[in-house]
Amino acid sequence: MTRFLAEHFVQSPQWTWYILFYFFFAGLAAGAYVLGTLLRFSGDPRDEPAARIAFLVCFPATVICPVLLTADLGVSWWKFWHMMVDVTPGDTGLNFKYWSPMSVGVWGLLVFGFFVTVSAFDAWLSNRRSAGIVPMPLNRAFNVLGAVVAIFIASYTGVLLTVSNQPVWSDTWVLGGLFLASGLSGSAALLALLIRNRPDAGFSLGRLHQADGYFSVLELALIVVFFITVGAAGTLAREVPWLPLWAIAVAGVAGSLVEARGHLRMQTAGGAGTVAGVRLDTVVVSVLVLLGVLALRAAVIFSAQ
Amino acid sequence: MCNGCRNCIAACPYGVIGINQQTGTAHKCTLCYDRLQGGLEPACAKACPTQSIQFGPLAELQQAADVRLAALHSQGATQAQLYGRDDKVYGGLNAFFLLMDKPETYGLPNADNAKLPSRNDVGGYLTAAVTAVLAVIAGLVAFRRRGTG
Ligand code: SF4
Ligand code: SF4
Repeated sequence: MTRFLAEHFVQSPQWTWYILFYFFFAGLAAGAYVLGTLLRFSGDPRDEPAARIAFLVCFPATVICPVLLTADLGVSWWKFWHMMVDVTPGDTGLNFKYWSPMSVGVWGLLVFGFFVTVSAFDAWLSNRRSAGIVPMPLNRAFNVLGAVVAIFIASYTGVLLTVSNQPVWSDTWVLGGLFLASGLSGSAALLALLIRNRPDAGFSLGRLHQADGYFSVLELALIVVFFITVGAAGTLAREVPWLPLWAIAVAGVAGSLVEARGHLRMQTAGGAGTVAGVRLDTVVVSVLVLLGVLALRAAVIFSAQ
Repeated sequence: MCNGCRNCIAACPYGVIGINQQTGTAHKCTLCYDRLQGGLEPACAKACPTQSIQFGPLAELQQAADVRLAALHSQGATQAQLYGRDDKVYGGLNAFFLLMDKPETYGLPNADNAKLPSRNDVGGYLTAAVTAVLAVIAGLVAFRRRGTG
């Protein structure tokens, strides 16, 4: 049982607002990339408009990430590149530590930026002249590689917290999976919000809500495991002040589940998820889910410090 | 060169590292590196009026500590222990302490919970990987082809 004793004598690293919003946008960008890829793999051409929107929305959400990370460095923001390049005289080279999620994450973000830029440009071009820069079969392989990197980006932020000596963060191993599930749920909600008024992409609306429902089941299960592991480590009391944030996160999950259930019912009744019938639900539920994604990360980040 | 990411602060189990708000870089005790270069001992050891902080070759300090501990034990202070002298905590520390109670009382990790952050690498990534597999399956199920509606 002593293995679970949590006596953390560390100081707080003061990872707060910039990091919170970085985690938020990284989760959404990476989730959107994964969803764009999965929508393309559905094999239904009616999902292509939504897939393109997914790749397009990745771009701004990814661009903001390094901005937030450098802003977090404060006065030494211009030394961001030291993450990647060792400038020690006589020992120069690249910095890469596979055991440090921060080191791997910085490289991952660079690689993800490449995939996002190409896929977003390709989607933009496809929308304008109905053919992208990459031929479709090749594009799919490219998207799969990008989605693997995206999955890493969505989850490493949680692993980064876990791989520390901070209370709560290092008491549980679920944060990587939890942030991934929540990022996917949030990006499905965001895409639903963006396509709700687009008749060309309306076909994917119900499908996105359905996917959001599945991701939310995963998220809910991982939230339960989070509380069990943190409870076993004896640091559950740290979550008490943040229960309102947890309530928002759970409300987002509940909203996703209710919406997904509605769409599943519509489907079994023969409906194809029409745009008009669900417009209000989509706005309310998507906003709730996105708030939940933010609240979940805030609750985890702040409860340790 | 430090860029102020503060990852070391999240990792240091002794709360030793702080961030300098002026320079945006991490700072910690260097055992007065500049004084050592000049043949001087660290300022804290020099200043300490009760000789509680001692500086010197490790083997000599270990020997002195062992003698002191034996003396305390013989005086009946059986709870006295050396912290960081053996390899139980982080494989042994080059700075060690004489404690009169268990390490937790002093805000120090004990032999059971002195763990490196990298202990969580495998569990963290594994959970993410399992979640990823389940999520991809879920996505494929949600987006599976259905008629031509
Ligand atoms: S010394 Fe600490 S704050 Fe500076 S770059 Fe290294 S981990 Fe980051
Ligand atoms: S050597 Fe250990 S105690 Fe010292 S600053 Fe680094 S992690 Fe902290």
